[in-house]
Amino acid sequence: MPESTAPAIAVSHLVKTYAGVTAVNDISFTVARGEILGFLGPNGAGKSTTMRILTGYLPATSGHAHVCGVPVATRGDEVKRLVGYMPENNPLPEDMRVSEYLYYRGRLKEMTRRKLGPRLDEVLEVCDLKRVRHRIIGKLSKGYRQRVGIAEAILAEPPVIIMDEPTIGLDPHQILIVRDLIASLRGRMTLIISSHILPEIEVTCDRVLIINSGRVVAQGTPAELRREILGHSSYELELAGDPDALAPVLATAEPSLQIAQVGAPDAHGFRAVRLTTPRDEELGETLMRALAADSRFRLRALSRSHPTLEDVFLAATRRSWDVVDKKAKEEGRMQNGESEPPKHP
Amino acid sequence: MRHLPTILSHEVRMLLVSPSTYVASVLFLLVMGVFFVGILDSYSAAPREISPACVFLQLFWVPVFFMVPLLTMKCLAEERRQGTIETLLTTPVTTTEIVLGKYGAAYLLYLLLWGSTGGFFYILHRFANDARFLDLGPLFGGYLFVALSGLLFIAVGVFASSLSRNQAVAGILAFTMLLLLIAGVRYLADVQALQADALQPVKAAVDYAQVFNHLDDFTRGIVDTRQILFYVSGTVLMLLFSILSVEAKLLHS
Repeated sequence: MPESTAPAIAVSHLVKTYAGVTAVNDISFTVARGEILGFLGPNGAGKSTTMRILTGYLPATSGHAHVCGVPVATRGDEVKRLVGYMPENNPLPEDMRVSEYLYYRGRLKEMTRRKLGPRLDEVLEVCDLKRVRHRIIGKLSKGYRQRVGIAEAILAEPPVIIMDEPTIGLDPHQILIVRDLIASLRGRMTLIISSHILPEIEVTCDRVLIINSGRVVAQGTPAELRREILGHSSYELELAGDPDALAPVLATAEPSLQIAQVGAPDAHGFRAVRLTTPRDEELGETLMRALAADSRFRLRALSRSHPTLEDVFLAATRRSWDVVDKKAKEEGRMQNGESEPPKHP
Repeated sequence: MRHLPTILSHEVRMLLVSPSTYVASVLFLLVMGVFFVGILDSYSAAPREISPACVFLQLFWVPVFFMVPLLTMKCLAEERRQGTIETLLTTPVTTTEIVLGKYGAAYLLYLLLWGSTGGFFYILHRFANDARFLDLGPLFGGYLFVALSGLLFIAVGVFASSLSRNQAVAGILAFTMLLLLIAGVRYLADVQALQADALQPVKAAVDYAQVFNHLDDFTRGIVDTRQILFYVSGTVLMLLFSILSVEAKLLHS
């Protein structure tokens, strides 16, 4: 594949074992240029290992990884020029000043002195570090240290940026700054971000990759994942009336609706009812008309619940492998059609 | 190798802004100064055959045992402990450049510290006004030996630092290796078991590696290429091991 048109990152059948423990087990995915990919997974799922392999820091046990068409295994030097990386826990030297550190890193990343000066000012400005540029890194607060790490990753303007948990330990205000920062890179650079903060990923990322125990469990846009993993929409009602009489009414209104949960009645006789349906269209109006027309029921509230990425994440990491494999076999492909279904040993 | 100047200047800078460097230098000069005064005292009590420079430099092992581990124990161990080796190795920098940069900075500082003891001889020359005290030949030979042997000693320290992520362990390891190299080999030469004819090659090898004999030769003005080869090849070997050790730790991390 020519290097100019190759996807920013292409990983196929990547495996990494550490002393008998398989950290990454046959992961395949691609990231298009300019895309922001969110990496989700519980601790020890293999997120950091995958990222380290992509930066050329760790060698893979088997499989291929390409960054902008350049193979990581054989041309690691070139890959290191293409990737800006912020490792997990963001290690920084304790006894250097912020601008000093960034200057040193810029020189290591082969930036010329003439280019580095203005770029340094720009990065300090973008990351809101101007006030602390002469402070010693070891004495900075966590939020500032995190931003120094991000500044370092974007310093040389690499086409691909990989950040391992960039927003960990930041306060909401700083998270907003980081979010804006990431949004400002959208389109210009390809980003891979791993995070535990799911709403964060949902807001910033174009696509999400959920991995568990070293395998890709699900991938797609947050909306696609909701559909694929949860497979249903649900409606929350607050209703007074006999719950047993509800089923026939629902069946006439919309046969696919199922009663998932019925709560206990409150002081006014209203109970919370949750309905699920495999159908994707908006059924709220139909439902409201049917229930309002029936004098046995009094409806106080109706809403369509939007499952968060958190629900998707929990569902996806809980699903057994057999389910994934069966589903993948039926569909013949995973959601995006870009990667192959995970193989089961 | 294009990153080597960047890393070297960075490392030298970090050593120069670190307070521990100055503490170590002051202690070094203090200890060496006390030795020097002691030597001058003994010279004023009774006349001696050899020049004070020889006696002074014969004590080279004291600072080597303590200064070399202190100077080098931090260099690679600290990078690994803080995890900054990861950010360092994800830039287009090779392990060789990192090891050589750190080695170069530590060696320059070592030379600087030893060079500052030259001030003692200047003071002696200035105030004693006696040419007998300042025999330039042994002085230059001795310092040449210090510079040459420093290559190997610092390399041993860097190697020790590459083996552990704990600075204290690296320091003790460096001390032990230097002790074996300097004192252990000297002790071996006197071991009776090695005097047998069958062990003649071993004996020859041990004699070849006698650091104290090298010093004697240098202060006598004999610059033997075999001895230069001993230190240079030892240095290359130690640095190669350091590079391999850093890379092996990555593979098995």
